[in-house]
Amino acid sequence: MKHINSIVTNSMKKQGNIGCGECQSSCQSACKTSCTVGNQSCKNRDEKINATRKPLI
Amino acid sequence: MVHAFKFAYHDKAYHFVWDNESGSLHNVDYVAFLYAKKRYGQALDEKESKDFFAINQADLQELEKEFDELETMGILNTPCTSFAKKKRIGEIKALCLHICNDCNLRCKYCFADEGTYHTQERAYMSEEVGKKAIDFLIAHSGKRNNLEVDFFGGEPLMNLDVVKAIVEYARSREKESGKSFNFTMTTNCVLLNDKNIEWLNKEMYNVVLSIDGRHDVHSAVRKAVNGKDCYDLIANNAIKFAKARGDKSYYVRGTFTAKNLDFADDVLTLNDMGFDQISIEPVVTDIEDLKITKEHLPAILKEYERLAENYIDRRKTDKWFNFFHFMIDLEGGPCIIKRLTGCGSGCEYLAITPTGGIYPCHQFAENKDYYMGNVFDGDLDLSISDKFADNIVTNKPDCKDCMAKYYCSGGCVANNLNFAGSMGKPYDISCEMMRKRLELSLAINAIEGAED
Repeated sequence: MKHINSIVTNSMKKQGNIGCGECQSSCQSACKTSCTVGNQSCKNRDEKINATRKPLI
Repeated sequence: MVHAFKFAYHDKAYHFVWDNESGSLHNVDYVAFLYAKKRYGQALDEKESKDFFAINQADLQELEKEFDELETMGILNTPCTSFAKKKRIGEIKALCLHICNDCNLRCKYCFADEGTYHTQERAYMSEEVGKKAIDFLIAHSGKRNNLEVDFFGGEPLMNLDVVKAIVEYARSREKESGKSFNFTMTTNCVLLNDKNIEWLNKEMYNVVLSIDGRHDVHSAVRKAVNGKDCYDLIANNAIKFAKARGDKSYYVRGTFTAKNLDFADDVLTLNDMGFDQISIEPVVTDIEDLKITKEHLPAILKEYERLAENYIDRRKTDKWFNFFHFMIDLEGGPCIIKRLTGCGSGCEYLAITPTGGIYPCHQFAENKDYYMGNVFDGDLDLSISDKFADNIVTNKPDCKDCMAKYYCSGGCVANNLNFAGSMGKPYDISCEMMRKRLELSLAINAIEGAED
């Protein structure tokens, strides 16, 4: 494509048994006031990810 | 939904298009950025509008073809397929233990009213209550293997002997219960000494060290009980702790207020002091001279941009550090269930007060309207849980078209309630900051990925 470089695709698509609940509760991680969950990693990170990545140009 | 945004790094402009349903990030040129804004209904400013209408017909046709192709591939303008459902209730994985409703600091913005949680009583949790809380957690944890206990206050080191007894007890129950405990603590560092540090490093999975950054910023709002400046003590103890921590998790965690909208300097000061795991949070208060208002937002968003530029620079040097809100795991982030349900307060995450009272989270502690039971009774008022169970991002109309909805899950329930009037209504000031931090996290991730 001339105008678009897709760097990361499908980072939201997870396979397998999602919702196991074994990851850390977000509020316990650092701040106690923040609602951020998206910066956490899946406890079963290696098993479920389906994202692809290309470098930025 | 699709969101186009830009980030300038040392005068080089990067343009991105983000598809939040698929989690796809596209780096685009300027004309594609303008086209995306127009195509997906984002407002163009005056210059962008002028530039858009200057795009020639051949380029417009090419852009249309490329965007159509991405949509066909399911990585742009992807429909929402995440459905609202209720959170699971009655299965708990994390407790915040209010080990000590007392504190050796007097911080102006403390949401816990100097640790007392507006009870006027300086209460300390007993060993008996702590052990009952562990029993309660194990009994209500269902199939969960990993359980979390956070020691919170007030200042938890003021009741360290009880913390130690609780940890020892929980460890003694791990094998027979088939559970694994991760302990965390939030401390103001005043009582950190060599002995405490050694024990914390052995037993705590994560330790959060409260310090606000620059000396004058910190000391303007955080003082000892006798009103004296105690910054040097806190800073030196925190530095000593971080050095002894090795590769185990910790954060220095500060708060910025209306008085230090140049908070990037506080982050960078903490980094200069030797810390490499840093979080600075906006204050949550209604105190007039400290509270963050809408009028502060332009300066705050600009400051996050300044921080991001410095962040990328420093991470190429021996001053590499992590900023909590710029961390993003695009290749191994949380599953959609986690993104929909958020922190789990009231359902899988609860707070226990010094007398064993059970509340939906630390922000609701001692609020009688949200009392859920006591660890000595063993029963839990699930009607309170039920109020939190519907609190899912796809149930919140205001979040429907937000680019960050899968990254904040609709915001902190307590903040929503206290500042927007309803659990289900996001607090718009937090939302603005969240969206900016997400944009910057994505840009940083892309730029650093290119330089690796």
